[in-house]
Amino acid sequence: MEIPYTVSPRPDTGIHNGKLGIWLFLASEVMLFGALFSTYILLRTSAIDWPLGSDNLNVPLGTFNTLILIISSVTMVMAWASLMMKDFNKYKLYMGLTIFLGILFLVVKIAFEYAPKFAHHHYPSTNTFFGIYFVLTGLHALHVLGGILVNGYFWGPGSKMWKKAPQQFINRIEIAGLYWHFVDLVWIFLFPTLYLL
Amino acid sequence: MALMRWQLAYPEQPIPWKVFALVPMLVGVVVFFIGRRKGPYLSMAGFIFIGIGLLIWYFVLGETRMPEGVMLPEFYNSLGAMHGTIMVFLGIVPLSVGAFGNYVLPLQIGAPDMAFPKLNMASYWVFLLGGIMMLSSFFLPGGAAQSGWTSYAPLAVISPGQTVWLISMICIITSSLLGAVNFITTIIQLRTKGMTWMRLPFFVWAQLVTSFLLLLAFPPLEAAAVLQLMDRLASTSFFMPSGLVVSGQVLTEYTGGGSPLLWQHLFWFLAHPEVYVLILPAMGIVAEVIANNSRKPLWGYNSLVYATVFLGFMSFIVWAHHMFLTGMGATMATFFQTTTMIISIPSIIILTALFISLWGGSIRFNTPMLFALAFLPMFGIGGLTGLPLGLAPSDIHLHDTYYVIGHFHYVVAPGTIFALLAGIYYWFPKMTGKLLNEKLGKVHFWGSFVFMNGVFSPMFIQGFAGISRRLWDGGTTYLHAQPYLYLNEMISVSAWLLGIFQIPFVINLVWTLAKGKKVGDNVWEATTLEWSAAPSPPVPHGNFKSEPEVYHPAYEYSLKSNGRDYTPQNEPLKG
Repeated sequence: MEIPYTVSPRPDTGIHNGKLGIWLFLASEVMLFGALFSTYILLRTSAIDWPLGSDNLNVPLGTFNTLILIISSVTMVMAWASLMMKDFNKYKLYMGLTIFLGILFLVVKIAFEYAPKFAHHHYPSTNTFFGIYFVLTGLHALHVLGGILVNGYFWGPGSKMWKKAPQQFINRIEIAGLYWHFVDLVWIFLFPTLYLL
Repeated sequence: MALMRWQLAYPEQPIPWKVFALVPMLVGVVVFFIGRRKGPYLSMAGFIFIGIGLLIWYFVLGETRMPEGVMLPEFYNSLGAMHGTIMVFLGIVPLSVGAFGNYVLPLQIGAPDMAFPKLNMASYWVFLLGGIMMLSSFFLPGGAAQSGWTSYAPLAVISPGQTVWLISMICIITSSLLGAVNFITTIIQLRTKGMTWMRLPFFVWAQLVTSFLLLLAFPPLEAAAVLQLMDRLASTSFFMPSGLVVSGQVLTEYTGGGSPLLWQHLFWFLAHPEVYVLILPAMGIVAEVIANNSRKPLWGYNSLVYATVFLGFMSFIVWAHHMFLTGMGATMATFFQTTTMIISIPSIIILTALFISLWGGSIRFNTPMLFALAFLPMFGIGGLTGLPLGLAPSDIHLHDTYYVIGHFHYVVAPGTIFALLAGIYYWFPKMTGKLLNEKLGKVHFWGSFVFMNGVFSPMFIQGFAGISRRLWDGGTTYLHAQPYLYLNEMISVSAWLLGIFQIPFVINLVWTLAKGKKVGDNVWEATTLEWSAAPSPPVPHGNFKSEPEVYHPAYEYSLKSNGRDYTPQNEPLKG
């Protein structure tokens, strides 16, 4: 017997295995980041004085990165939509753009935000604000890196699947997209919490 | 564990380590040589005994652990911390969820495999990595973690061995996360034709709720482990308060501003659901064995299911009842003791339904049933002794005493472990096609039953007397502990006898594997799919020869259709 519903949805649940799997995974990610956000709230409410994000962090660069991630979410959807319209070349273009924007985000984050912080002797150990800032953004950056690796695989060697099993490939892109949107969403919460409030 | 119990019974006296190390090694060598003639399985058991002996020898030789056989406090603390961690995260969860869940669950729902076999493998390898790291921490220069399985900050942040503990925990958490995604998807997506939600065997429901707990409760501990790791490696102060004084010195490498309470909140947000992760699969196993051996449908199947789901939900909002003594405030305490009282209701429903299931049954007293029957009162004691701990006024006296140890060991040791043993005896014919020896099984059961109680019931008395749970000398320096210290010897002797009564079990496993006779596919005359639709052992790829179709709820016993007292789920009723 083969494992059923790997590609086509199960009639009574209306979903295929992979999609359910990624939603469950994202639920656990919500709990992971939820715990860190709770930590932020607890540390801040119990602190005697809390450094303001806008005084210590680079708000224009943060805004720029927010825009980049939102645009990359759009290109991710476009990549998936191109596959739905059976346009493989457009898929390559949009997926490539998504990967490029992801890398751009990381470059800005590390070279233009982290590096100057270290140069000014702002380390995670400086105070709890920088501690939670580095943990939250660092964990998020790791998630972005993971997304880039997965997307890179589907852009490069993984895209051979399009010829053999197009529906399964579309499913995979959809799942990768769900993850990518989640990473984007986390940043949309992170940015105002850390930079603006 | 044996070493810890020796220490508590005879503090500061050297352990007769030559006996402790040489006897297992001698047994091992004898078993190995017998095994060379009788079969390869037995020689492997020989290696286990030799390993135990070598390990004890190694511990005694180290200057920092047990010079001349006298245990140092740091090493006692390491043993305590590692005992809790190993038993919970490397013992019971992998056995009840990883092993039984993975093996039985797809068979019971008529699935050819888990939904994501590669993810399953990944989960296993990450777990193995974490497990090896955790165990190897004993051999590192600083020794293993010493701060208890709870790893309370700030002590855990500054004590040696903790870094490896945290990294292995992150591996183990990742593993159970991948497993949980796989389990839930399998149960939702791969149920065979006709297997509706209310026809699922109760074991599957228990695994489903357990998986949700693993999925949603473990990530906060992962976050907490990352934060504690940052505290240790990058000198952040997430859990380090301002102006912390250790041994008369203010810690200067930490800027402070953190909160030790934060660790406790994040930890117990995982660790209370974790308790239900430990007990729910056990309840599932017991339900299967009781339904099968009382030859009667489970009483109140629907209420069992609803109670389990409610239990899973409630377990997320009771965590701070572990923290009544932290000064978090009376309002918080009131809230959490209310939710704690509420969560006892579904547990009582489950236990009651299982008890009533016995009523009017035609009970078969075989070994799995004996273990399952023993589970009911033992878990009952464990659960009821939890009530005083869930109420702040009584918890203030009992907190961190041996009463707590007695309480949760009654839940987990004669509770979960008995259920797991019932599961091993029950599903062993499924896995190997061979039935375990009943006589050896009964010796194993009665020995375990008597000495399990011998170990844990005196702890309630010690706890009422107020003896703290984490004292390396068992409390000899405290006046209030004096009248109850003699119990330590009784507990320790019971513990060693309990260990000795596991020998028939090991012999039984090895001997049956090597020499046991093949039995039929459905040796227990059971109704669930793993017995009625699949051969024993199942087909290597795909489990079933053809896709089974389900016509009934899971426990259609004593219907007298087809001339038998059981009607398998995949067999249509005639007439």
